[in-house]
Amino acid sequence: MNPRVTLAVTTRVLRQLRRDHRTVGMLLVVPCVLMTLLWWMFRDSAPVVFDRLGPGLLALFPFIIMFLVTSVTTLRERSSGTLERLLSMPMGRLDFLVGYALAFGLVAAVQSALAVGLSVGVLGLDLEGPVWLLAVVAIADAVLGTALGLFVSAFAQTEFQAVQFMPVVVLPQILLCGLFVARADLPSVLHAVSDVLPLSYAVDAMTTLTRTSATGDVWRDLAVVVAFVLGGLGLGSATLRRRTP
Amino acid sequence: MVNNAVEVTGLVVQRGRKEVLHGLGFSIAGGEVTGLLGPSGCGKTTLMRALVGVQAGITGAITVLGLPAGSAPLRDRVGYVTQAASVYDDLTVAENLLFFADVLGVGRDRIDASIEAVDLTADRDSVVGNLSGGQRSRASLAVALLKEPDLLVLDEPTVGLDPVLRQDLWAMFHRIAEAGAAVLVSSHVMDEAERCDRLLLMRDGRIIADGSPTEIKAKAGADDIESAFLTIVRGAA
Repeated sequence: MNPRVTLAVTTRVLRQLRRDHRTVGMLLVVPCVLMTLLWWMFRDSAPVVFDRLGPGLLALFPFIIMFLVTSVTTLRERSSGTLERLLSMPMGRLDFLVGYALAFGLVAAVQSALAVGLSVGVLGLDLEGPVWLLAVVAIADAVLGTALGLFVSAFAQTEFQAVQFMPVVVLPQILLCGLFVARADLPSVLHAVSDVLPLSYAVDAMTTLTRTSATGDVWRDLAVVVAFVLGGLGLGSATLRRRTP
Repeated sequence: MVNNAVEVTGLVVQRGRKEVLHGLGFSIAGGEVTGLLGPSGCGKTTLMRALVGVQAGITGAITVLGLPAGSAPLRDRVGYVTQAASVYDDLTVAENLLFFADVLGVGRDRIDASIEAVDLTADRDSVVGNLSGGQRSRASLAVALLKEPDLLVLDEPTVGLDPVLRQDLWAMFHRIAEAGAAVLVSSHVMDEAERCDRLLLMRDGRIIADGSPTEIKAKAGADDIESAFLTIVRGAA
């Protein structure tokens, strides 16, 4: 890896994003709008539900959005020939992946800061643990989405297919992550499955932060998420082939 | 400087179940512009990809600048321009070059020189996606000129360009070759043959003629390369 090349990728991705005002707007505004919607839904009937679901959704939004954005962007890079060109240059595969992860991680940091700030500051989401740790978990989730998006983009030939990986890769994780049924109450097979899905740990970390100020479990869950990120980047780099048929 | 920048022996390329190159052997000299001419689909792009080291399914030996094709030290020394413009549509010409210059580790001063060489100075701050097809491929070509390579591989770089610009680009290819680099340019337009120092004529995954334009024409007893191509193909049939 070469820091000059990695940073070149990061700045380039951010520069591309800067020109795309609509995407930036949606990246930053949509999670805030959705959190407000959730708060509004339960405002009169059961405000406590917002406290229960809110943290999980703060983990979900950055994950889903970054998954989509990354899988489509890298697919575009593969099909436009720019990836092939880069790989025929002195660029390491990790330079490419880490460059992307840094750029989207930065966007995710801003995105999460806004959504967390709004939820805790304005909508009154109750937290026992530290707010900054909630933001850190949200950023890790976004980078997780980036890592998985990079990986699955290798298996899609068109943007249309890439988008459809969302229901395949993301929806089962949402169903099993504990938002609908507590993971402990799932049938044992599904519980075991949920134990190997990264989003389960992301949501666990968020939920713990609302219940207790002890952060030991949060750090453990965060470590699992980071391990999945590294695994995803590793698998992603295996899919970047210099030689293609 | 006449040394062989590329040496190829017994090159066979398999794509899926199909063999697309059938045992090619040739060499490309430094200091010359070599034209790779043949109809669409005859394997020019596959051959170029093999030289650059991005083609899978290869048997046979390809030596580029004394090293096996595609080895890591060559990535600094080989420039490759694909037929489709490989630049970012949502960046300006200058931003694209800035990015690739950082990846290649060349100075910012090379950016303006490259833009000027492909005559895009007036459009340097235009977003590439808004440019015409010819302008986009020139932007793509400019990237390959950032770092003066020892082997420059250009896949149909002049298709659809204004004749004046085409002439300028060929003059530039020759300047790059005179500085010692090997330049390989593919084309499916036979009238570009006369601009090359040396030709490789290709058809159906085989090289059917190899020599200077004058030699090839003399051997086939033809007045131009197009007729020479026909004579060779009919003679072989």
